[in-house]
Amino acid sequence: MIGMLKEGQIMKIHYITGIAALFVVAVHIIVRLITPSFSLSLVYENVIKNYHNTPYIILLESILILVAIHGFNGLRIILLELRQNKPWEDGVAIFTIAATIALIAYGTRTIIVASGLGLG
Amino acid sequence: METTREKNDSRDNREGLKGWLNPSRYGWERISYWLQRLTGVFLLVYFVGHIYETSSLVRGENAWNAMLELTQTPWGHIFLILVIGTSTFHSTNGIRLIFTHAGKGLGNPERPDYPYHAMSLNYRQKSGIWVALILSAIAMLYGSSVLFGGE
Amino acid sequence: MLGKKNRGIDDSRKDNTTHSELTHKTVILNVYRANARKDDSPRYDTFEIPVQRWMTVLDALLFAKSYSDSSIGIRYSCRMASCGSCGMKINGIPRLACYTKISELSGGRTITCEPLSNFPLIRDLVTDFSQFFERHKEMAPFIRNDNANITDETMLSEFKQSPKDVDQYLQFSYCIKCGLCYSACPTVATDTRFPGPQALSQAYRYYADTRDNSSIQRLNIADDRHGIWRCHFAGSCSAVCPKGVDPALGIQLLRGHLMGFSRNEKKIAELRDPVSEQ
Repeated sequence: MIGMLKEGQIMKIHYITGIAALFVVAVHIIVRLITPSFSLSLVYENVIKNYHNTPYIILLESILILVAIHGFNGLRIILLELRQNKPWEDGVAIFTIAATIALIAYGTRTIIVASGLGLG
Repeated sequence: METTREKNDSRDNREGLKGWLNPSRYGWERISYWLQRLTGVFLLVYFVGHIYETSSLVRGENAWNAMLELTQTPWGHIFLILVIGTSTFHSTNGIRLIFTHAGKGLGNPERPDYPYHAMSLNYRQKSGIWVALILSAIAMLYGSSVLFGGE
Repeated sequence: MLGKKNRGIDDSRKDNTTHSELTHKTVILNVYRANARKDDSPRYDTFEIPVQRWMTVLDALLFAKSYSDSSIGIRYSCRMASCGSCGMKINGIPRLACYTKISELSGGRTITCEPLSNFPLIRDLVTDFSQFFERHKEMAPFIRNDNANITDETMLSEFKQSPKDVDQYLQFSYCIKCGLCYSACPTVATDTRFPGPQALSQAYRYYADTRDNSSIQRLNIADDRHGIWRCHFAGSCSAVCPKGVDPALGIQLLRGHLMGFSRNEKKIAELRDPVSEQ
């Protein structure tokens, strides 16, 4: 997938996901702080209630996708600069894509299962 | 026999990771590069951990509370305050970098004259680094007041 | 225009106008010694050099070479920051030895001279510039304009360029290929395929030149996995450049064009009527 995209296109995605992630993470933090307060927001029932709120789980899914892409692409850039040979570069590309997909899948599973859980 | 390509790709006398690890020799922009990398890797590790810790939700209330016992501790709070600081710095500096990478805020080319100061290393973009550090400190202070101050 | 003072630029590390009066009559020169062709372990040789007020590091090295050890390997030529030959690390920072006065160095009586990092070592303070020049050549560092006929003598002409057009690229053309920027760059430190600040700033120099009409090809050369995108604006290249080229500026401006932030249609210089028709 990475091989099909030019580096310029990948970097544009990196910049866009970075800016978008900033907004959604900011909303996520504000929600944790004010509904109703930070310490109460960690109580199991309140957490589950959030997962029944559709806009909120869309927010969480967005964070997952945006931060995973931005973060693992950043790691890919660092790893590409460390070694330059074909096996390493192919390995880094495969690892990045696999790790991104795995993390998004794992987090989405949490969101799906949690949204189906009853309260208390 | 060494080919031209091998010679050109030589690692001989390259600074390697040491070149990344010492940010002090070249000014604020080099420090910002170093911090952006450090905070980025740190936040990625935190993010993976955060996705894992929140997945304890699906194993029920006991698993969730067990996770909270592990993370809602003084060291857990200190770690979270670090996360708050690093994410604030990484975001603010990242926005500065998006502008500078696009060539904005760096000035225009002009005829150089002694003492040959670099136009791109101006205070306008350099102050973005300081703003990022200050905002990061403020965010960490606020985070401390929420986490340790109690509500 | 000349000698602008209020650009809010802080570059006191290489401000040659600030220096302290010499408080010592001699300095200790630590010179890196190694021979890449032999397997000798690298070592530092120490020389005590008498100093005078405006003495440069190059003067000190040549004094050591003349009176203490004539085998010191050192490259130098013009002695006036014009040829770029005497680049080396002085107290850990890439500088031109001829352009660095002893009085402007901090760090007491001891001056450490080492070869430029990120260049393969030949001997002592002399490094191999061939990969550096190869990277430069990859950027096609010459004017390309298919409208200009350079084979038919009767069609010889010249491009029209205003002073404003020249200002767009002039500072980047002052590059003396000294390699200090390449040595300072954190990406070059690990990425062997990265062209380096010098090559990329020259890519911008020709991109911005109105006489050149191969902009798309130049952008394609830079848009590579190990190309312009591996620059992260650490700014070290511009911090060490002795000629005010400001390679970081050139690279970010080129990237702005690649990203589509700078969308201005490039002005292409007109050709005057051929000499034969005037």
